[in-house]
Amino acid sequence: MNLLLEQLLNGLQFGVMLFLLAAGLTLVFGIMGLINLAHGSLYMIGAYAAAYVGVRTGSFLLAILAGLAAAAATGVAVEMIVLRRLYRRDHLHQVLATFGLILFFNEGMSILFGRQPLFANVPATLAGALTLPGGLRYPVYRLVIMATGAGVAGFLYLLIQHTRIGMLVRAGATHRDMVRALGVNVPLLYTAVFGLGALLAGLAGSMAGPLLSVQIGMGEQILILTFVVIVIGGIGSVRGAVIGALLVGLVDTMVRAFLPGLLRGIMSNASADSVGGGFSSISVYLLMAIVLLWRPRGLFPAHG
Amino acid sequence: MVETREQRAALLGLAVLAILPWAADAIGQGFVITLASRVLINALAAVSLDLILGFGGLVSFGHAAFFGIGGYVVGILAFHAGEGEALFGLVPGTDQALIALPAAVAVASLAALAIGALSLRTSGVHFIMITLAFAQMVYFLFVSLKTYGGDDGLIMSRRDGFPGIDLRDNTVFYYLCLAALAAFLALCDRLVGSRFGMVIRGCRENERRMAALGYATYGYKLTAFAIAGAGAGLAGALLANHDKFASPDMLHWTKSGELMVMVILGGMGTLYGAVLGAFLLIGLESLLAAFTDHWMFVLGPVLILVILFADRGLWGALAGASRDG
Repeated sequence: MNLLLEQLLNGLQFGVMLFLLAAGLTLVFGIMGLINLAHGSLYMIGAYAAAYVGVRTGSFLLAILAGLAAAAATGVAVEMIVLRRLYRRDHLHQVLATFGLILFFNEGMSILFGRQPLFANVPATLAGALTLPGGLRYPVYRLVIMATGAGVAGFLYLLIQHTRIGMLVRAGATHRDMVRALGVNVPLLYTAVFGLGALLAGLAGSMAGPLLSVQIGMGEQILILTFVVIVIGGIGSVRGAVIGALLVGLVDTMVRAFLPGLLRGIMSNASADSVGGGFSSISVYLLMAIVLLWRPRGLFPAHG
Repeated sequence: MVETREQRAALLGLAVLAILPWAADAIGQGFVITLASRVLINALAAVSLDLILGFGGLVSFGHAAFFGIGGYVVGILAFHAGEGEALFGLVPGTDQALIALPAAVAVASLAALAIGALSLRTSGVHFIMITLAFAQMVYFLFVSLKTYGGDDGLIMSRRDGFPGIDLRDNTVFYYLCLAALAAFLALCDRLVGSRFGMVIRGCRENERRMAALGYATYGYKLTAFAIAGAGAGLAGALLANHDKFASPDMLHWTKSGELMVMVILGGMGTLYGAVLGAFLLIGLESLLAAFTDHWMFVLGPVLILVILFADRGLWGALAGASRDG
């Protein structure tokens, strides 16, 4: 029972990470119509900056701030230099140009930090475990990540549904040209939205540092899952990103945790582990294919 | 026969490729032949992608799946031939290219038929993502097969046999690749000019109008997708033979990205352009790698510049106006 609960919590925590990335990605697609493969690079940059500053200063707060600043600054710079030229181009060009950005950033990070992974520590104040009702001891740090994710989701809800900027964002997602025609400073709005997405990616990256090793290619691993999330949720919809992220996080974690055990009943241990491991990686893509075939526009399509 | 600037350029290219091994031997740079074989194999895969990407307007981000499947079919058949034990107890292994290559093509095109049948129900960005998802599934499937090497890939003890010629000779293998590429190019050239090709190109421009004209567009697109899968499977089968290695890298999503880059560099919707794109990308990689380990740091921005400022590709500049204009 406790094992099940623990894995459920792990799945939620992974879902929160995916949500932080998916929120930015889905807004950028919904409003600017841009497929940004380099979103994972912003996550990686956040993680590297946070791990580097964290080890140098020993302060977790400074580390997070560094991660946020690095990712947001890179995001805004990339938007102004490259991406804004791509908004009106077709998806193929966007995919390939941002593929070029991935090569650039991955190699750039390996020039700056070398090919060895960096390791970051869980800050001392958050290092313990909390006893949950039912007797399960669960790491405080992971609970903090979940709380942060819930906070971000709440903040985005308020921002998008109840502020003037949010109104423009929603209008931009459904009636792009009309917003332009009404005299809104669209380039500034776009840069702001992109910067916000980059900031969230940086937040996810800097929080992921202590849980995973910080290395080249970490961005692409999670990026592809993030695309699965926004496709399942409905591209452009933040609500869809929340649901999709939790769904993907839970399915991935639960299948990974329990499938090999179930398979051991019908085959040898070694092959159960390898087949189970393979199928766990496949399960989320299968989920996406099923959702797309059932609802070709995702669960919560943003554009009517 | 030779009428347009495009055909002249293509024939000239073929002539250069045909005498390349002699030239390489003459200057004592034998490694050029293996490099050129790899280029030709990649060109074959890029041409097959161009058929659906450039002519059909189907942005498939999962073409590496068929490339890798072709490679693994060859690898797995050779593995079973070596073990002397049949696959699933039914299919005997083989180390004969005349059986292994057609088998690879058949399996890859069947996979493309299945994946295409599902993916083509979506369009636009969803099509990009669902093809990527299927390719990821295939990737993780092969990585989980520990019998066939898992993460490490499947090493073949030698290249497949071919009656009358010795494929272990790099020059002979080069000509096999050249023949495969030329044959596939000729096939595609006929296809895109045929009624079938016109329908595919019509779908790219305006699918709704084609449907209104009474064409069952889904079937046409699916057929094109399967033919493209077959071409990529042949390329993968050749690469596995060439390297004596079927590797998960062949299935990796970055491989799909690379193939798209080749198509764009050469110029979309120009079959010969895809060949040129393969030369350009692999040439650029090898050239930059000679100067620095961090060649991707340069290649990335070059790619971005090409897409921002020269999206008609190199073939567009060489061969004049696109015939699709």
